[in-house]
Amino acid sequence: MNRPGFQPSVVWLTLSTVPALPRFLRMLVPRFFFARLVPLIGLCLLAGCGGSTMSTFEGHSDLTKEILDIYGVIFWIDLALFLLVQGILIVAVVKFRATGKETTLPEQVHGNLPMEIGWTVAPVVLLVIITVPTVSLIFESQAQAKDDALVVNAVGKQWWFQFGYPEYDFETANEMHVPLGRQVDVRLQSDNVIHAFWAPQIAAKRDMMPGRVNHITFTADKVGEYMGQCAEYCADSHALMKFRIFVDTAEDFDKWAKHQASAQAEPVAASAGFQAFQGATCVACHAIEGTSSQSRIGPDLTHVGSRGLIASGILENNEANLRLWLKDPAAIKPGSKMPNLNLTDEQINTIVPFLSSLK
Amino acid sequence: MATPAHADPAVHPASTAAGSENQSYGAWLLSWIMTSDHKRIGILYGLSALFFFVLGGIEALIIRTQLARPGLHVVDPATYNALFTMHGTTMIFLGVMPFSAAFFNYLVPLQIGARDVIFPRLNAFSFWLFLCGGIILNVPFVLTPFVDMRVIPDGGWFGYATLTEKEYSPGASIDFWVCGLQILGIASMAAGFNFIVTIFNLRAPGMTLLRMPVFTWMTLVVQFLVVLSFPCITIALVLLLFDRQFGTHFYIPEGGGDPLLWQHLFWLFGHPEVYILILPAMGIVSEVLPTFSRKPLFGAPFVIFSGITIGLLGFGVWSHHMFTTGLGAAADASFAVTTMLIAIPTGVKIFNWLATIWGGQLRLTTAMLFALGFVCMFTMGGLSGIMHASPPVDLQQQDSYFVVAHFHYVLFGGAVFGLLAGIYYWFPKMSGRFLSESWGRVIFGLVFVGFNTTFFPMHIVGAAGMPRRIFTYEAGLGWEIPNMIETAGAFIIAFGVLFFIIDLIRCMMAKEMTAGPNPWDASSLEWVCDSPPKVHNFDITPVVYSDRPVFDKTHGLGPGYSLPVGHEHIHIPPPSLRPLFLAIAVAWFLASWLIAGQAMMLGVVSALLATAFMLYSCFSWFLEPGH
Repeated sequence: MNRPGFQPSVVWLTLSTVPALPRFLRMLVPRFFFARLVPLIGLCLLAGCGGSTMSTFEGHSDLTKEILDIYGVIFWIDLALFLLVQGILIVAVVKFRATGKETTLPEQVHGNLPMEIGWTVAPVVLLVIITVPTVSLIFESQAQAKDDALVVNAVGKQWWFQFGYPEYDFETANEMHVPLGRQVDVRLQSDNVIHAFWAPQIAAKRDMMPGRVNHITFTADKVGEYMGQCAEYCADSHALMKFRIFVDTAEDFDKWAKHQASAQAEPVAASAGFQAFQGATCVACHAIEGTSSQSRIGPDLTHVGSRGLIASGILENNEANLRLWLKDPAAIKPGSKMPNLNLTDEQINTIVPFLSSLK
Repeated sequence: MATPAHADPAVHPASTAAGSENQSYGAWLLSWIMTSDHKRIGILYGLSALFFFVLGGIEALIIRTQLARPGLHVVDPATYNALFTMHGTTMIFLGVMPFSAAFFNYLVPLQIGARDVIFPRLNAFSFWLFLCGGIILNVPFVLTPFVDMRVIPDGGWFGYATLTEKEYSPGASIDFWVCGLQILGIASMAAGFNFIVTIFNLRAPGMTLLRMPVFTWMTLVVQFLVVLSFPCITIALVLLLFDRQFGTHFYIPEGGGDPLLWQHLFWLFGHPEVYILILPAMGIVSEVLPTFSRKPLFGAPFVIFSGITIGLLGFGVWSHHMFTTGLGAAADASFAVTTMLIAIPTGVKIFNWLATIWGGQLRLTTAMLFALGFVCMFTMGGLSGIMHASPPVDLQQQDSYFVVAHFHYVLFGGAVFGLLAGIYYWFPKMSGRFLSESWGRVIFGLVFVGFNTTFFPMHIVGAAGMPRRIFTYEAGLGWEIPNMIETAGAFIIAFGVLFFIIDLIRCMMAKEMTAGPNPWDASSLEWVCDSPPKVHNFDITPVVYSDRPVFDKTHGLGPGYSLPVGHEHIHIPPPSLRPLFLAIAVAWFLASWLIAGQAMMLGVVSALLATAFMLYSCFSWFLEPGH
């Protein structure tokens, strides 16, 4: 599907063009109120704040912060309704419990029209308070990306993420770097089953649908490393399909991207490591720019040594783990599409340092 | 008094709970297999549902054990995926739905003053077909050690294409799932039409639609949802079957299809299905709360019309399951608003229930405790539902454990609590015996505490970013403690269920029947009948004057109902094996597709034989005397 674009029906146009109302409603619950207070009530304490987590209570982009604002509005309305209903229930049970000594029936009340009207209308008011900022954020967050937004093509695979940067003309896997303060337009795709791209603190979530291109646009506002994970069930190793988003300063990002876009130097193709890589048929699925290895079935390995993790964000990238992976991929990632090539120890001993050297 | 025309005790033992002493075991068994008595069929539905409920519960316990700590490997990932698929499928189609059907069957004819449903043998056919579907869904568990491919359904209960296509699920697992669901669909549709026609045509004189008990009303709404929504999944499954077995591309983008089509068809069924699961429980609670408050249901017409409104709106909200699929801003906004609208009739119901108990004389029996627990827990589920009704918020909650918490509050805290209230409430009517009230309190305590221990932390862990359907997770994300608590809670529920089953068996074996016709001082017509009721329910069809006939008459608040003097001809259809035959034939025919998926010629032969058997069953059914 192409970009949904801005195609509101008349009602939503009316609602979302009352400019003051949504802003006013969102101001009802200032950001800090939710972000600071709710953690204190204890939920978030358990949910684990700080460090690199998946917590949805910490937003570090415009999108995730705005979502938190609406969540805050609903949270307080919900809390009030919860206390109201449970309060009435508990009071009624305590107050009207039968003693067993009653001789007459209680008053046989069949209903009360004003009360019925009351509890029909009151929720409408509350729902309007939720719906107006909701609808305004739907249109705002799904608007066309700016012309200068950084485009990242994110493709879900079984079971890893491919990230392509058309602006710099390179591909990488499982680690997505984005610049601070510049809008990013992630174009989500899949060529197999449905996956979902979920990075709670930066990008929220959207599905990677086969045959469609979905978008997430956001502007990150804090440098750091953020976690992400596939959220749509995609068979065997769904639980092990993770990724990272690194928010870098503009300079760092540019440096990283230019380095990733560079091909490996001449000697790599002639090295004994590459010969072993080729001899072990790795070339059938993997690409290393600057060599004859150009297949793109598996992750691009041009700069694999520069990545912090392997096997889609589940193992630290070191020689011991690379060795484990090459020995039997399916033992680490059940159902892995990378076959067990039955490599000899000699082959592994040559290939592992070679891969680590691809910085 | 009237003399029943077909009150032959050899085939219609007076007691529905057990055979009489002098009957042979075989004859007793045969009388259950051949029965077309709505009460016996209700009990059969209830016992099968209980069996499958325990099966689904065991699956849940294995899932929870695996997730107790990070990185556990109690079962391998493929088995884990099969277990959560079967847990969802079992609880929805084989647990809650037939449990509701047990109540529809047992109670609706009694509540409207009828002798049976309008098509008793079709009713038997529905049950046997349901059982065949349940068996076909679960048979892969037995089969799996003997075959060299995946056979246990493992595509999720939602079965999203393209994962369920041949390319990504090459074994027979999805074929079993498709076959089982198709069979269950036919069973539900047949029952749905049966009850619609029954409720519209067999009401006792004087029972206008608004005098009907709320439980019967909710049954009526549910049957309309069934007959209107099940065709959607039937079509979706047929298209999937064609994709898998004949190489079509309905859901495959490379061939011009679209996986989103599956999601639209599935959720156009799937969301009404949610109300198919919850409305019967709402009906039960609307009976239990007034009885044990000794007051009428507050605003009964509003409760009824809210139920109808929920049913209608239920067809206009399906895409809220698809907010993350990229439908576009206009669709997201529209479905957000329709979804929010459902909160209004739901709220109306909750407030009417609260107003019902307010000012009453509350007798806190186990049934009442479960009904109050329903109001309490269902409210929680409703409130968290409002959160992901907002699409931007859903972008953080969809497919996380927050959603798992939400729908368990609705379907366990709601539907299952309601059904348990119903069991405690109507068990004396069904058996003439009471379930233990003291054990009942213990069971309620265990289930209530266990339920909240299991499912409340899922809100937290979901907000902390834990996705659904993952067979393991890593340490250090704040997920360990909530998961440990959840697992402990699951075992508390298991103990509650275990005690419940022990008490159920104990009470069914007890000899003395002390309940009497109206032990709870209730209001609807089933409390006129004996406990357990006679085969033909009513000797004389009652005439109804109010919406609380029995309560009004007992307390002199009005005429309530009357039993006209005179004789009535009572026709009860003779027992028959034909419904069972036809159910087997239909299931066999559909299972032939399964065989065809592995060996085409064998499948065709099987289908032809099944067709022959189907024709035989149909014609012998029509030609059977006494019909």
